[in-house]
Amino acid sequence: MKKQTKIIWNVGLILGLLLVLFILEQVFPSGSMLFTVLKKGAIYALVAVSMNLLNGFTGLFSLGQAGFMLLGAYTYGILTIPVESRASVYQYFDGGIVQFAIPVPLALIAGGIVAAIFAYLIGLPVLRLKSDYLAIATLGFAEIIRAVFQWDKLGPLTNGSNLLRNFPAFKSVLYPFIVAGICIAIIVMLINSTYGRAFKAIRDDEIAAEAMGINLAHHKRLAFVISSFFAGISGGLLAMYQTTIQASMFKSAMTYEILLIVVIGGIGSVTGSCISSFLFIACSEWWLRFLDNDNLYIGSFHVPLLRAGFRKVVFAVIIMCVVLFYRKGIMGEKEFSIEGIANFFRRKFKKEKVTEGGASK
Amino acid sequence: MSTENVLKVENITMQFGGVIAVDNMNLEINKGEIVSLIGPNGAGKTTAFNVITGVYAPSNGAIYYKGNKIVQNHPQGKMKKLYRGENPAMYESHRVLAPTPDKITCLGIARTFQNIRLFKSQTVFDNILIAKHMLRTSNVFTATFHLNGKEEARMREESERLLEIVGLTDVRNELATSLPYGKQRRLEIARALATKPELLLLDEPAAGMNPQETLELTEFIDEIRKKFDLTVFMIEHHMDLVMEISDRIYVLDFGKPIAEGTPEEIRNNPKVIEAYLGGADDE
Repeated sequence: MKKQTKIIWNVGLILGLLLVLFILEQVFPSGSMLFTVLKKGAIYALVAVSMNLLNGFTGLFSLGQAGFMLLGAYTYGILTIPVESRASVYQYFDGGIVQFAIPVPLALIAGGIVAAIFAYLIGLPVLRLKSDYLAIATLGFAEIIRAVFQWDKLGPLTNGSNLLRNFPAFKSVLYPFIVAGICIAIIVMLINSTYGRAFKAIRDDEIAAEAMGINLAHHKRLAFVISSFFAGISGGLLAMYQTTIQASMFKSAMTYEILLIVVIGGIGSVTGSCISSFLFIACSEWWLRFLDNDNLYIGSFHVPLLRAGFRKVVFAVIIMCVVLFYRKGIMGEKEFSIEGIANFFRRKFKKEKVTEGGASK
Repeated sequence: MSTENVLKVENITMQFGGVIAVDNMNLEINKGEIVSLIGPNGAGKTTAFNVITGVYAPSNGAIYYKGNKIVQNHPQGKMKKLYRGENPAMYESHRVLAPTPDKITCLGIARTFQNIRLFKSQTVFDNILIAKHMLRTSNVFTATFHLNGKEEARMREESERLLEIVGLTDVRNELATSLPYGKQRRLEIARALATKPELLLLDEPAAGMNPQETLELTEFIDEIRKKFDLTVFMIEHHMDLVMEISDRIYVLDFGKPIAEGTPEEIRNNPKVIEAYLGGADDE
């Protein structure tokens, strides 16, 4: 397929998707579970892709994502709470020390930048470690950040362990889709650039990459900082989605959820991360909800076993099955693309032709 | 042939704990030469390579590339007490220079590995293209937003041409690891060439090859040396290859250089024969 047709197809697909979302929003009530899944799914897709950039493309096994999201979310919250409502939000800290508010897009970017700065500083010592040790160190960092943000002494800035609220949120489902879409597009462009190739080289063979003139320390730090930048932005989006934030939300369990999305989607596949993010959120929040209902009847048959929390059991079993049958995740290292689908159908079509011919003989 | 000095290794000692892997090695490689480093197993040949390419900082000694000092070290810390090599105090007052391997590659010294190290999940073409990353002028922003179109196009074109020269164009879209062994070797050499080196270090390029493949490799090395105006320094066990192609040979035994000279001289050197076949008193 020509490059131009490919671009036209992709642009068309994106516009179509946005149109569908827009129509959905007009048709369904805004409280529908569908929108919860779509909003949260888009946000998780962004953070999963940013984690994939590290784990899948650069080969750095980092578990600090929740910490960077927390930084992004807090930066966003602190910078956008309207001045008039600061007194009520920071009621235990005399209205806090930040007495201004900046526009939402700027605050999102600021969240990314704060996360990136922390990533740079943390990366200096931590990126000397490899594989499991790096994972432990980054996980530790995320926990420390969470504890620090709950510290009373920082109250005037972070509101201690109290909620941050009243900051602007989005109403339309299009907002997280567009922001996450732009960010993911940038990550994809980075992966396809010469730097992305260098990242993949480091993943495949560090020693060879270094012998080819790729500065390991510099490139690892770059990947780490960029990944954290986008994790920070997704943290800001998450704050907007949840309308309140609290440091205790960003537990290590959150990082594991994201890691699960990345693994199920396929380590090293951007589209895999996106698809599995929506599936994951839909399964955990929506499709399996009925399992929590202990008074479920089919006709007059009372379905046994069901009770609050049962969906988690089923969910765990589903994940085990996925991991057992798709060793490399849903997408493996492949990407979902128009071209791939076109080729798939072309092959199918050809095969059918061949079998038809065989039948006529 | 001019006799400009490309690489000069001066009093290099590499000691790991109590083991001296390379013992006071001196060697010089002149422009345009093919120099081989031979020696029995465990003589320290690959360690010498790793010191030159920056994988290890030497325990003692200095390395010059085209007259500039690139590596220099003296026994420090724990090694100060443990050091059993020669000239322990010779470089003490000098500055320590220990660049990482990528810096050394950037200077123009490229290498291949004894056990092939290709980028496994990448295609043949991408393997070459990755090596071009070193020669970039774009930063991460211009590269991400594809503002470096010219450079990118040039990288691709040069890689394409390189593939043609080494005869791998027909397999350019295959996974690097799916190639037969001989071609993987070729690709690894091509990848090293993509960094536009002046000095090429080959670590056992003919390892695991049959005589026919070895013969092809000999021609290939000679060909690329002429085409790219290279100086070649290699470790090799295949004596046919070494004797055929080398201008000079260094022989290493137990980390110590025991002989140096043209293939003819080395062949008749009693010390070398003893190192390879064992002296009479060993038995």
